[in-house]
Parts: sequence; C-alpha cells; structure tokens
Amino acid sequence: MSESQDFVSRRTMLKTAGATLGAAAFARALAPVAEVVEELGAEEFLQKHYREMTPAELEVVLRRIEADALENYGAEVHVRDVRPREGVQFGYALNLSVCIGCRRCADACHRENNHDRRTNQSYIRVLEMQQGSFDMEHGDATYDHAVPQPGKYYMPVQCQQCDNPPCVDVCPVEATWKERDGIVVVDYDWCIGCRYCEAACPYHARRFNWEAPEIPAEEVNPDQAYLSNRIRPQGVMEKCTFCLHRTREGRLPACLEACPTGARVFGNLLDPSSEIRWVLANKRVFVLKEELGTRPRFFYFFDE
Amino acid sequence: MELAISIGAVVLAACGPDPDIIAWRAGLGASTERSPEAEAALFPTTIHEPPELTSITTSDGVPGTACATCHSIAGVTPESRATSADEVGGPHAGLRFAHGSNTCGACHASDDPTSLRLADGRALPMREAMTLCAQCHGPQYRDYQHGSHGGMRGHWDRSVGPRERNHCVDCHDPHAPRYPSFRPMPPPRDRVAPVVPRHEGAPRHE
Repeated sequence: MSESQDFVSRRTMLKTAGATLGAAAFARALAPVAEVVEELGAEEFLQKHYREMTPAELEVVLRRIEADALENYGAEVHVRDVRPREGVQFGYALNLSVCIGCRRCADACHRENNHDRRTNQSYIRVLEMQQGSFDMEHGDATYDHAVPQPGKYYMPVQCQQCDNPPCVDVCPVEATWKERDGIVVVDYDWCIGCRYCEAACPYHARRFNWEAPEIPAEEVNPDQAYLSNRIRPQGVMEKCTFCLHRTREGRLPACLEACPTGARVFGNLLDPSSEIRWVLANKRVFVLKEELGTRPRFFYFFDE
Repeated sequence: MELAISIGAVVLAACGPDPDIIAWRAGLGASTERSPEAEAALFPTTIHEPPELTSITTSDGVPGTACATCHSIAGVTPESRATSADEVGGPHAGLRFAHGSNTCGACHASDDPTSLRLADGRALPMREAMTLCAQCHGPQYRDYQHGSHGGMRGHWDRSVGPRERNHCVDCHDPHAPRYPSFRPMPPPRDRVAPVVPRHEGAPRHE
C-alpha cells in the first residue's frame, strides 16, 4: 500500500517537473515573438492582410497609422483607403523627345510620397542615355550637370505597372498584388522585407526601406492613403503607385504635374477620347524590355 | 464537351489579360475625338496666361510694363522690318533674339503694337498667340491639343475637376524659343555609403 503511494508521488513529481520544463522551453521559443509584439504593439502584430480586413477593422488601422505619424513625426496626417474605380484602367506614356532630364518629376515624387529626405529617394530614376543607344545598363542616374547635354537623351524609369508583374509572382506572403485598375500595390504592414520583389523587377523599380524615413514634420505630405504614400516603416518594400491617392480621385499624378515640358501623358486606357489613347494610336510607342513578357502599362515614345 | 469548353474558358480567363485590357487593345486606332456635347459636359481646361503676352520687362528692369505704356504715345510705332531689338532700341534694347530668320514684323503687327500678325496679314490679339505659333509649329500644336506637349496641372478626369495647361510662352521665349539648359534637381544619394563624386570608370550606385 505504502509502496504504491510512493510510486504515484514519484510519478506526479516527474510529471510536474516535465511540465515546468516544457513550459519554460515554450516560453523561450516564443520569446522573439514577444519582443516583436512589444516593438509593434499587439494590435499591429495581429493586424490582418489589407484584403481580408473588414471596413471597421481597416478604420481602426487607419486611425492607428495617423496616431503613429503624430507620435513619430509630429505630423497631423489623414490616411484614407482609396479603392479602384469601375471602368478605369490606368496607363502612362512618356515622350522621350521632349524630356530634358530636369528631374523635377523625381523631386515631386520625393515630396508627394513622403520619401526619406537624407537619401533623396524617389520612385523615379532619370537615366542619362547616349543618343543612339538603348543600353540601360550604361544609363547614368546620378548625373549632376546642366541639362540637356548635347548627345544625350533622358529616360525617367519608374514602376511600369506590368500586367504580368514578376514582382507579384515571387512574393512569398502575397504582400503585393495588382489592383483592378492596373496599379501594383504593397501592403506595407504585411510585407516581410525579403526583397525578392526587388530582385525580380527588371526595371529596378522597387525600393527597400533600410531605415525609417527621416522627414521634418512640416514637410510631411498629410494627404495619404494606406496603399500609397503613407510613411513606410523600416524593413519593408515600397514602389510607385501612380499616386493612387490622387489618380483614383481623378487628379493627375504628382510627377506629371511637375513636368515642365509635358513629356508625361496619363489617363484612362478604357476612354477612347483620352490623351493616353491618342498617344497609343498615333505615336510610335514602345515598352521597356518587351521581350520579358511583363506587359508594362508604362509606354515610351519619340516624336517623329 | 461543354464542360471542357467552360473549363477552357475559365483557364483562359485566369491566364489571359483582363477583359478590360482586351477591350482597350481592341479599340486602339478607333476615333479618339470627343463629341462637342460630351466636351461641354466636362470641367473646363484653361490655358495659363503668362505676363509676357501683355507686358514686357523694360531694358531698365521694370517688369510687367504694359505695351500700351509707351505705344499709346503718338509717334511710337514699331518698325516692321527691324531684324533685332537693338535696331528698335528704347525699352526693347538688349532683347535676346534667336528665332530663325524672322524679323519683328513676321509676328508683330506694325500698325498695332498690341496685336500679332498672322501669315495671311490678319491681326490676332496678343492673348491668342498660340494660333500664331501653330502656323509654323504644326506637329507641336497637334501634340499640344492631344495633351502630349506642354505641362499641365489638375485632373485627368475632367468629369471630376478642371485642368490648367501651360501656354507656349510659359516655356518658350518667343524671341529665343530654344529651351535653355539649366541645372537639374539633385540626384538620389546612396543609402549606406557617403556620397563620393563619381569618376570615369568608377562603379555606379543606384
């Protein structure tokens, strides 16, 4: 009798010890998650994918992003969720004959989209190209002399909003996708920062946030959208969104408004009387790296 | 068989381009003009009016001086055969002139300093200068009319809001129309390494 009692109590003791060890190991395994939660806040950690959020859930997220901007940047911003419009397919064309390489488009993008001030980032890279050559590898994006230079032409390159986007195919977590109106977007809160999309893009159009952007409060553009120009966190990818917070409300993109020569043509591909359709029907239009089958929405042309 | 066809259609729809995209590709080459009624229903497109159209900066540096300030005085009439501003003298002295082989009278009406002169001799108000430019620069004017030449601001969708467009003269000095060269906005800087001036043959960043 006493022997069996002994046996039971030893078993209980072993079980208890095992359970304690197990719990400690589990806690240790979870420790990195706890750190992440501490850094992000539980709400953000548990946030759903943009496309799975209900309007009410999204509303909470938008207000949280506004509060974060106020806390981290001292800027009062308004973050909206702007959806694609029915019957609109965006297209962009650029006239290489009139582009003078002034980089005002890149500068407008820099300010409109709340890019890091220190590194002067922008979604647009203007390449200075040798006339007669189409070798983009030898295009110079860092020229800093009077423009236009004799013997050169200028080719601004930004996201081509491909209809067959390789960057979307390679994303392991579906943090980037093509919207109904043709714009390729990123859910910055879902992106894990693996940079596969940056490697996959043949146009070098995606950027990685090595650090959280530095922007003085008074320079923050307060007109923001969840999928476009809200201030991106550190460690995520970003890209041109055709200024969807402007264009989905009928306005022209910031880079186009900044262009002094009118090299840029933007509009609805489904509207036969739009300027973009006139360009496609009447100019000698081409796309970059057509042979890759990416089917860009961004067209280039020369005047005859 | 029917099942196979419907599966085929689904597969095609999944792999092929969006039906919307097929629609616009099929419509390429169709008429791109908007009917006058449709145009009237839209917000207006206004053309910016640069001050150069109605005033000059005099040679002693007074900007915004209306043409009539001097030209309303009896005896001050433009010389149509003058080939340079210095020949005209006065407030126009020192004006840079480089517009082909045109003389003053090619564009300006000699009997009315506030009017331009079309190639057929008709007078044209200064504000409508674009019509005068279009006489010689047809392709540019055509492109302008179709939104592919000259800067603009506002809305691509004019059922939502208006648009403002540049005038020829906003960018091209009518007396020396070639766009001048100037310094561009600063280039992007590398995120990690400090900026080092790039020399011939050095590797490129960004």
